[in-house]
Amino acid sequence: MILRRPLFWLILVLAALFVWLPLRSNNVALREDLILVAVAIILTSNLNLMIGYTGYVNFGHIVFYGLGGYVGVYLMTVRSWHLIPAALTSGVVVSLLALLFGLGILRLRGAYFALATIGVLVAVQAFVSNFESWGRSTGMYVSFESYAPLGGPKHALWTTYYLIIAIMALSLLLSLGIKLSKFGLGLFAIREDEDAAIVLGVNATVFKAIIYSVSAFLPAVAGSLMFFKNGMIDPSIAFEYMLSLEGIVMLMLGGQGTVAGAALGAGLYERLRSYLLTSPRLSEFHLVIAGALLLLVVRFAPGGVIGWLYRLLPRSHEVIE
Amino acid sequence: MSGILASMIDGLLIGSVYGLAAMGLSLIWGVMDVINLTHGSMIALGMFGMYMLFHALAVNAYILLVPAIIGGLILGTIVYWLSVNWVIDRPILMSLLSTFAVNMMVIGIGTAIWSTSPYNVNFSLPGITVGAYTFTGNHMAAAVSAFVIALLLQFFLYRTRAGKAIRAVADNRDAAELMGISSTRVLMVAFAIGIALAVASGALVSTLFPFTILSGSTYQLKSFVVTVLAGLGKPFGALLAGVLLGLLEGAVSPFIAVSWIPLIEFGLFVVVLIVFPRGIFGRATA
Repeated sequence: MILRRPLFWLILVLAALFVWLPLRSNNVALREDLILVAVAIILTSNLNLMIGYTGYVNFGHIVFYGLGGYVGVYLMTVRSWHLIPAALTSGVVVSLLALLFGLGILRLRGAYFALATIGVLVAVQAFVSNFESWGRSTGMYVSFESYAPLGGPKHALWTTYYLIIAIMALSLLLSLGIKLSKFGLGLFAIREDEDAAIVLGVNATVFKAIIYSVSAFLPAVAGSLMFFKNGMIDPSIAFEYMLSLEGIVMLMLGGQGTVAGAALGAGLYERLRSYLLTSPRLSEFHLVIAGALLLLVVRFAPGGVIGWLYRLLPRSHEVIE
Repeated sequence: MSGILASMIDGLLIGSVYGLAAMGLSLIWGVMDVINLTHGSMIALGMFGMYMLFHALAVNAYILLVPAIIGGLILGTIVYWLSVNWVIDRPILMSLLSTFAVNMMVIGIGTAIWSTSPYNVNFSLPGITVGAYTFTGNHMAAAVSAFVIALLLQFFLYRTRAGKAIRAVADNRDAAELMGISSTRVLMVAFAIGIALAVASGALVSTLFPFTILSGSTYQLKSFVVTVLAGLGKPFGALLAGVLLGLLEGAVSPFIAVSWIPLIEFGLFVVVLIVFPRGIFGRATA
């Protein structure tokens, strides 16, 4: 039972904190900081479903976020849909696309899949940059009227913030739910030994395609919320390769394959990054530091922070999963 | 019609440079089962290496390939000890992530030094004009250089003792160890050569087109396509497949915008992998 897991309640407490902290003092700067952390957690914990649970590296995870943003912004501005149906629709559309892609490229094993995901990113970006209805390389702007149904821009920003926090909590609960399910067990079996899993009756191709598609849904919803909030979208910010790469660093830092690790890594790295980006001397080197961090984690602590915690306090296994 | 022909010849010339880059990737992949994700950043370093050498010495850019390749061998050795030596025989995830981490660091340092604005190597050889079309000297010189380097590699792998050791390790590492070959050293040499090929191809590209520190990723994608097209661990197949890809690009480029090309290449990549999965899958899971 998921309700008996301490982590389930911890996730709800975390979400409540995220809502309460900026609201208490009406602190907009804090809200903007926290929304970045929340997006990082959303992306990382969904990426974890692929890398940590299934053992498949997805270098192009950001495609889901960017495509979701595009579909959402398109529906809101050109078709003048309301924010929430537009965001949900973008999630469904991107998930279906991922399922379609997944059935193709997930026949590829291991490293070939990883290479194909780089290709997906480049190909989608090439497509969007040439797509007339989505404004090609100049992108799209969210019209001012789109904020009206949510009670004006100021209200709309808070509403998006709460929605993002909700998506964050849902992402973590989804990770936990999958981890406790029989489906999750099948994914772990694929990660450990795909051939053995197939022999034991796990339909690997279908499982992989489903998890690929599931890992697309919440990032796509978050993408359409975030790009609505930012007011514009273009191919270079929607498919920022670096963000895709940093997601992997976050996951490895926290501890791949664990629910709490994804959140912890995202939180830690996001704070580190804001520190580096605002520091005048180090801002140019944030990528170098991220790369060095990844190398050190992979080399010396492949379990990340959570793996280290497990070794330090073996009983923590019962609380953090 | 002759326009397409001219475009295809040009594609063929550029394709040989793609092939050279892919040879480096394919050699490393075939010998040690490591997918070298530093490939793109090494190509970019080749471009900037050529840029700096040319500015410092101002001699014929194609002579500068020699110091560029030597630099590539040294660089490859460093990268091997930094990120590859300890992931050999570990899960593929580890080698992907460790080479990828080095890639991030190189791109980060490069961005800090050169920013992401475009550079070019201001050197040109006289071209040949046939009717309305001119084939630039640089394109021809780059293709010739690529073939010469490929032949030298061919000679090294098939005519020298060290080359034989590399082929033996690629074939069966345990058996090679039993025959008294130190596989660590062989792997290091093979990796360094692979990187040197990437650097050389970057240096050649820099004489053809303007480039930024991020340009490497375009050629990295092309290298992956070419490598799977040729099949794994077949460096000379890779050269040929690179020429084929260049021809294909040349044939389609009169009809569509350049920005569509990544989409076509990716489509090709997936189709090749799915239509010819057998031999490829066998090696991936071994």
